[in-house]
Amino acid sequence: MSDVVVVDYGAGNTHSVRASLTQLGRTSVVSADPSAITAAPFVILPGVGSARSAMEHLTETGAADALTERFNADGPILGICLGLQLALEASQEDGGVKGLGLVEGLVVRLETARIPRLGWAMVEPWNEAFYFAHSFVAESPHSVATSEGVCAAVRKGSFFGVQFHPEKSDVAGLNFLERCLSLA
Amino acid sequence: MPLPRLIPCLDVAHGRVVKGVSFVNLRDVGDPVELARHYSDGGADELVFLDITATPDESATMVDVVRRVADVLAIPFTVGGGIRSVDDASRIIEAGADRVSLNSAALATPSLITDIAARFGSQAVVVAIDAGDGVVHTHGGRRATDIATVPWAAEAAARGAGEILLTSIARDGQRSGFDLALTQAVRDAIDIPVIASGGAGSARHVAEALAVTDAALIASIVHENPAGLPGLRRDIEACGIALRPLKEPS
Repeated sequence: MSDVVVVDYGAGNTHSVRASLTQLGRTSVVSADPSAITAAPFVILPGVGSARSAMEHLTETGAADALTERFNADGPILGICLGLQLALEASQEDGGVKGLGLVEGLVVRLETARIPRLGWAMVEPWNEAFYFAHSFVAESPHSVATSEGVCAAVRKGSFFGVQFHPEKSDVAGLNFLERCLSLA
Repeated sequence: MPLPRLIPCLDVAHGRVVKGVSFVNLRDVGDPVELARHYSDGGADELVFLDITATPDESATMVDVVRRVADVLAIPFTVGGGIRSVDDASRIIEAGADRVSLNSAALATPSLITDIAARFGSQAVVVAIDAGDGVVHTHGGRRATDIATVPWAAEAAARGAGEILLTSIARDGQRSGFDLALTQAVRDAIDIPVIASGGAGSARHVAEALAVTDAALIASIVHENPAGLPGLRRDIEACGIALRPLKEPS
């Protein structure tokens, strides 16, 4: 069995996530297979694309139910960018999309001066810079880190979601991924 | 605002990084993967790869370059040149690029911007504009159109572009500093980020650009001396521009 299942929802840039896992010496497989998602030692829900098509894909394949089952059984899941947003109850994106509802909260459009919010930004309280590329953002009581006033991470039970892209955040990102994997 | 970005640009032809002036006298300067790693280690915030051959025959070669670069790189990168359809963009993004850059294809078919953004998000679409004398140029800056620069940038943003890569043709390769007035005029007209390009000759030039916009593209200034990137970063910071703090591998 691979160390990590990277959940496939049809539009994600899964190559970069897998490349960073390889750099960290972990094996990975891209899959939407429900049994693979429930059984894997670690699951990453990656993040590129639109909320609606991602949710439709996850629902059709049964991956959505498998992620909920995994979360309820305390299996570790890391959500990246859209992957974080999908875990919340609902998103304003694409005219309104229901999420997985693993974590209380909503996804709203950013109100920053420039959208998309693109580039490296400090994350507090971790005091490290990570790479962001987003137009929507989480508002959740489970927020555990912020960046320039917007939610940068949420954590509830075995779900950890980050708005930034650790796989694109150089040494800081690889160190972050390694910590997530080694804690699991 | 996120921290200003320093973005080395690599021209690629037939799977190799090349250097030349106006597409002539191209000289092989190395393997894209090795150079990408080198710039990443030196503190590049992001990279841009431009396929300057941009012919359909070469697209498979470029996809292979993208895949090999994505295997070793842990910073974002954009790929431009020869992307004329959503399928072209999909191949590049699925191979591991974060964003695609559209230039003449966006002028010819503006709906392409919207179609790619709908599939991959606005952050995945950069529209490159080669500007001179107030109008957009095509064919590597050699041919003027009758499309005014600032309205085209606004239209690209309205159609879903996530960033504008704005090159001043007059300044490109001159190393005399960026066209700050042009950069400011475009940036003031839109609410997406703008990468300034053309004219970087010194750290001060880059700092001047980063004081007015979100990112600066640098080409010859680093290709002449790739090992000089960390020093360039320090010199830019000495001009009062805060860049992202770099971490040593643990």
